[in-house]
Amino acid sequence: MSWANAAVQGVLLGGLFALVATGLSLSFGVMRFVNLAHGDLAILAAYLAVSTTTILDVNPFVSLLVVVPLMAAAGYLTQRYVFDRTIGPDPLPAILVTFGLGVVIQNALLQHYSADSQGLDAGSIETASIRLTDDIAVGWFPLLTLGTAVVVLVALQLLLSRTRAGRAFRATSDDPDTARLMGIDDRRIYARVMAIAFATVALAGVFIGIRQTFGPAEGPSILLFGFEAVVIGGLGSLWGTLVGGIVLGVAQALGNQVDVRYDLLSGVLFGHLLFLAVLAFRPQGLFGRQGRA
Amino acid sequence: MTCGAHRISRRTPESTAGLVVFGALLVALATLPEWDPDRTLQVPLVIVLIYLSLAQMWNLLAGFAGLVSIGQQMFVGIGVYSLLTLAEDRGIDPYLSVALAGLVAAVLSIPVALFAFRLKGGYFAIGTWVIAEVVRLLVIESDSLAGGDVRSLTRNSLGAYSREARDDITYWLALALAVGATAIVVLVLRSRLGLGLRAVRDSEGGARGLGVDVGRTRLIVWVVAAFWTGATGAVILLNSPSARADSAFSVLRWTALVIFIVVIGGVGSTTGPILGVAVFWFIDEQLAEADTWRFIILGTVAVVMAVLAPKGLYGLLQRWRPVQFFPVRRRLVPRAEEPA
Repeated sequence: MSWANAAVQGVLLGGLFALVATGLSLSFGVMRFVNLAHGDLAILAAYLAVSTTTILDVNPFVSLLVVVPLMAAAGYLTQRYVFDRTIGPDPLPAILVTFGLGVVIQNALLQHYSADSQGLDAGSIETASIRLTDDIAVGWFPLLTLGTAVVVLVALQLLLSRTRAGRAFRATSDDPDTARLMGIDDRRIYARVMAIAFATVALAGVFIGIRQTFGPAEGPSILLFGFEAVVIGGLGSLWGTLVGGIVLGVAQALGNQVDVRYDLLSGVLFGHLLFLAVLAFRPQGLFGRQGRA
Repeated sequence: MTCGAHRISRRTPESTAGLVVFGALLVALATLPEWDPDRTLQVPLVIVLIYLSLAQMWNLLAGFAGLVSIGQQMFVGIGVYSLLTLAEDRGIDPYLSVALAGLVAAVLSIPVALFAFRLKGGYFAIGTWVIAEVVRLLVIESDSLAGGDVRSLTRNSLGAYSREARDDITYWLALALAVGATAIVVLVLRSRLGLGLRAVRDSEGGARGLGVDVGRTRLIVWVVAAFWTGATGAVILLNSPSARADSAFSVLRWTALVIFIVVIGGVGSTTGPILGVAVFWFIDEQLAEADTWRFIILGTVAVVMAVLAPKGLYGLLQRWRPVQFFPVRRRLVPRAEEPA
């Protein structure tokens, strides 16, 4: 694989990271909430899609109609009855609850589905590609993933900037107390935001399941990639999240071109090192405002 | 210290009683190899003591210094691989290497802080996790450390000691680490540093205004915890003489379980981790080999506790009857109460 091709594949992979990162970015942006179970939720959604496709005998894309609303409802209820109790000036309770939830999800999946890796079969789209030049080919499915990420981010941006609900989201983000005085129920806003976050991470999880085989233990690395995309792009900026995901995807794809002892790991390691470099030299991220981290 | 009709004291009746009970318990534990020749208690206790040491250190960071780390497995792993390198590859005495392993972890924790301290709250938690992953991947990629392969301590490093002596020394080291970790937390909290930490926990801005150097205070605690966690990692290897990078740097084993223990027992109290480790021991005894169920049960209990009883079992105990076994707080005692 040539370097140019690796870079192109990296951009496409970045779409997936951006899709994972969207929910993290949104919930941090609106309520300063960091959900450490985010990656495990993506894997949970992928397993739900496995069960849905098996039971209903449908294509994984059709299973989204079941999995995404189910996860959105779970997000709404989890925020309402669990996460809400942990929101406050002290970040510790939220970290403990979401981290614990992630570990429980991971081990419950292991217990129920076993450690065998699973995959979602979406049919011929998985392998179909467009050949651009002699050594650059773009797969339809990665292209669809990137397109979906862009559509989701544009839709969220429009929701935030153009709608009444979005205005309430932004007002609550800026100052929850004043927003409450204006008649905004911040608890309901938080529940809606978490519903959107769960829905987008469910979408990401099913796409991950179609792209590659997966196991119950992969949640944490998905969380870390999503988090890195958010920090590289800049906290609280949705466009930054898209760019951050793409930068991380390119770094991983180029890293895989470097020949080291264990090939599969080098891309991941390069992604992590890029993240640390951003943290050291530009802690506010590529698109973040100074002093937000 | 006297102050008019009152006296300022840290001692409470329970703490004096506690001192006697803990002293007796300590003597019993230290002489355990004498009266437990079949090692029925010694074998499970090593693990429990190792977890108590890790739990006290995590609690010092998260409960007192506001440093909620999900990267402590990095220091366990560094301890494991330092011991392999120093004792197995270089032939240094394995038990001296335990202390050196702690030193390696402490030195390496400083550059880690340089990156991680730029993040706050939940993002600090994930940031430390990423750095732990980086260290794990580097250990796997390294030719000399060979973290991708199973490695073990052999006669090269352990040859000078008999099997029985090794088992007993490992036990005593685990006991020393657990008791030492508890003592460190009590001493830190009773010192000026601890006063600063609690001021920072209650109000960072306020503490800064009163002249507490927040960054320096946190760095000291971070390095101390890294030293102790690294030394504990070395003892973990002594107790199970083979390792791979994936097990030595396991976030589930060395950080998640530790967090669950602290949360169940009570974050931000010195007694909490002891109570939590007792629960961990009890649940582990009920389960045969089911690693998965251990995480599901302890994780669920921890999440429920974090939501409904954020101060853990110790907090519930306090609500029922306020006792302080490890006195770190100063109280005013009226002179009249004093025995003549």
